[in-house]
Order: sequence, then C-alpha cells, then structure tokens
Amino acid sequence: MWRDAALVAGRDLRIEGRSRVAISQVGPFALLVLVLFAFALDPERGVLERATAGLFWVAVLLSAMLTLGRSAALDEADGVRDGLRLSGLDPGGIFLGKALAVAAQLLALEVVLAAGVIILYDAEPTGIALLVATCLSATAAVAATGTLYGALVSGLRVRETLLPLLVLPALAPVLIGATRAFESALGGVPAEGWPWCGLLAGFAVFYSLAGALAYGALLEGS
Amino acid sequence: MTAIAPDPTGPGRSAAASGPGAAGAGPATTGSPGSRALGIAALAAVALATLYGLALSPADVEMGDLVRLMYVHVPSATACYLGCFITTAASGLWLWKRTPGWDVLAGAGAELGLLFVVITLVTGSLWGRPTWGTYWTWDARLTSTALLAVLLVGYLALRRLDLDPDARSARVPILGLLLMPNVFIVSRSVEWWRSLHQRATITTLHPQIEGDLMVALMTGFLAVTLVFAWLLLHRFRVGWLEYQAQRLDLDQALDARRSEAGAGASRPTGDEEVAK
Repeated sequence: MWRDAALVAGRDLRIEGRSRVAISQVGPFALLVLVLFAFALDPERGVLERATAGLFWVAVLLSAMLTLGRSAALDEADGVRDGLRLSGLDPGGIFLGKALAVAAQLLALEVVLAAGVIILYDAEPTGIALLVATCLSATAAVAATGTLYGALVSGLRVRETLLPLLVLPALAPVLIGATRAFESALGGVPAEGWPWCGLLAGFAVFYSLAGALAYGALLEGS
Repeated sequence: MTAIAPDPTGPGRSAAASGPGAAGAGPATTGSPGSRALGIAALAAVALATLYGLALSPADVEMGDLVRLMYVHVPSATACYLGCFITTAASGLWLWKRTPGWDVLAGAGAELGLLFVVITLVTGSLWGRPTWGTYWTWDARLTSTALLAVLLVGYLALRRLDLDPDARSARVPILGLLLMPNVFIVSRSVEWWRSLHQRATITTLHPQIEGDLMVALMTGFLAVTLVFAWLLLHRFRVGWLEYQAQRLDLDQALDARRSEAGAGASRPTGDEEVAK
C-alpha cells in the first residue's frame, strides 16, 4: 500500500512540477490574500499582529481549496480514473498518495506564507517545535479531509463550487486548533498549544482512515 | 423518541424487500390510516403545547415571557440532532444493505434536520436579542449549531444533484455517514475553543426548570416529536414515490423504444396497469 502511495504521490507531484501551477499561481495567490487582509484590517493599530495566527491559517485554507481542486481534477480527464481502477493499485494507497502530494504542496506553501507573515505582519516565532508540529499535523488533516471530499465531488460539473461548501465546515475544527496552537507559539505560552496539536493529529488520523477505507468505493462508483 | 424510528422505515423495508421487480408496489398516496392517526395526534399535541406554553404555564421569574420560546427551541434542537442521526444511520445501512429505502430515509432525515436547525437558530436569536442584547454571540453552542446547518446544506446540495445512480450510490451515503462524526468533532472543538475564553453562556443562563414550566417544556417535546415523526413519514413516502416514478419513467421509455424498434414486439400486459 505504501509503495502504491509513493507511486501516486510521485505522479501528482511530477505533474505539478511540470505545470508549475502551484509555484506560479497558488503561491502568489496565498501572498495576495495576506496583502488583502492588510487592506481589510487596519495594519497600523496592531490588529494584524494580534490576528496573525488566524489569518495565516485562513490563507492556507483558501489556497488549499485551489490545490485540492487541482488534485481532484487530475483524475478527471483522459479516463485516468478507469486507468487507476485497472492498474491494480490499492485504493487506500491511491488515497494516501494523493493526500501526500497535496500535503507536500501545502507544506511548501506554508513556508512561503510563514516568510510572508514574518515580513509583512512582523510576527515573532518563539515556540519553533510547536509551530512545526502544528504545521505538520494541520497539513495532514487538511490534505486527508480535502482529498476525501475531492473524490466525493470529482467529475461533477459543480465540483469547483461544491468542494469548498463541503470541506470548509468540516475543516472548521482544524482552523480552530491550528490557530490556537499558533497563538500559543507566537508570543503565548507554548505549553497551551500542544493539546490543540494533539487534536489536529487525531483529526488527521480519523480522516486518513476514513479516506483510505472509502476511496475504493468512490473510485468504483464513478 | 426512539420509538418513532421504526415507523417510517416500516414501509421502506417491506417495499425494498419486495425487490426491484415490484415497481409501482407500495402506497400510491402518502397517507394511510396510521399516518392520519399520527397526524391527528400531532395536531392535538401542538394545540396542547400552544395552550400550555402560551396560556396555562406562568412566566419565568428571571426570563419572563421569553421562557416560552424555550418550549419550541429546546425540542427543535433535539429534533435536529435526531434528524442528523437518522441520516447517518440510514446512510450506513444503505451502504451495507443497498436497499433504496435507506437512501430515501437518509434524505428525509437531513431535510428535517435542516428544517429544525433553522427553527432552533431563529428562536434562539429571537430569545437572545432581549436576553443578551444581541441576536448572535460567539457562544459554543450557537457556533456549532450554525456549522451543523452548513454541513446539512452541503449534504443536501450533493443529494439534489442529478447524478447517475452509479456515481450517486457511493458518494451520497459516504457523505451522509460522515455527517454525525463531523457534527461531533465540530461541536467538541468549538466548545473547547470557547471554554478557554468564556463560560458557555447558554448553560449558565438556563435556570433549573421545574413545575408548570417543566410540564410546558414536556408538551413542547411531545408536539415536536410527533410533528417530526409525521413529517418524516410523509417525506419518506414522497421520496419513495419519486423513486418509483423515476423507475417507471425509465421502464416506459425503454418499452417505447422497443416498440418503435420492433413492430411485432408487444408491450408487457401489466405495464398499463402499473402506469396508472
């Protein structure tokens, strides 16, 4: 299963690497969101500094919608789904591979966004370990949930509008948990952030299991 | 409240058990003597709850007449969770048994869940305006209830798409199955989130309800439960008839094409009867 996952993740990442959409469009979009927040909230009064953690994760979620949409669209064209079904790859492996590819892209995006908030919002990271752990667990949660819901709406004409409606409410706990953990890491008490990090990890495990179990049925019923 | 669950599944199971060959079988209307009795009971309970809630019960010492909103609000909130639970359970059973009755029941549960969550939010805001001075506050329960409404809207949005049966039979029940876990995770995390900042507002404002007020609340529960059961039964039957009608349309279209193609091919004799 893990070998299958590595194969599928390699395929998705290779396609992204060649099309360069993640680098040339999704990354700039995420930075643009950071700048738009500065227009919306008065940057002179320290609002941005106080809201940095939340704004960072909202920017990640909005950009993740684009990445997830692309990940789901990869399998729509040219009978890729039928190819995957005929390939004999383990459906759980396919799911994990797609989720891993999304997670890798999101992690790269988060590095860019982190540089963005440090430069633009004057954020001062203190609890580095907590920041890294939160990024890893929250990204795994977003990638697993998004890949499962992406498969639910893949191939539908309304995919682009339906995906955010289904995913964002389900990801509300991730936004809450990641924001609280980041707040404790950015000038708060890092010890308070770790339980939230645990919640994110549990969420990621739940959706990874659900996705790996459900993906076979979703692949067949398309 | 658990007693009402077998009611709507009864016709579904029997009709589904008779198999796909029995198209057109089952009730031709959504009413039956049993559901009429249930409807009359529901009307009587609503009348009783109105009488008790508005006239017979006294105003609360703290909340005054506003407490009367609670007789609708609290039972509606329970009914909305019941609707979500029915959706998740029926989705699981649909995935397991593959009988279409469960699909119809899952949809009926989600629609009623949405109806009652809207009633809950509206009555809650109306109550909150004079009590807290605002229609909305970022209380844990309010926030998770609002997210529950969005989750239901998303599920129904996927349901009402005109998908081919193959695509539908995997996606819709899996999303339905995820509904209750999502509701649980969201409400836990939101509660945890708000409890770090403030105490849960509603629970501290809820007085211990006793005496006549308790009776009024119970009549509210009775009325909402019976109305819920009646609506679920009828929504289920409408959904079932829709399902049958779709199958009939398909069969008739197939027959029409066949009779066009082969001049000698005669239509099955039972068909016109079924069509009526």
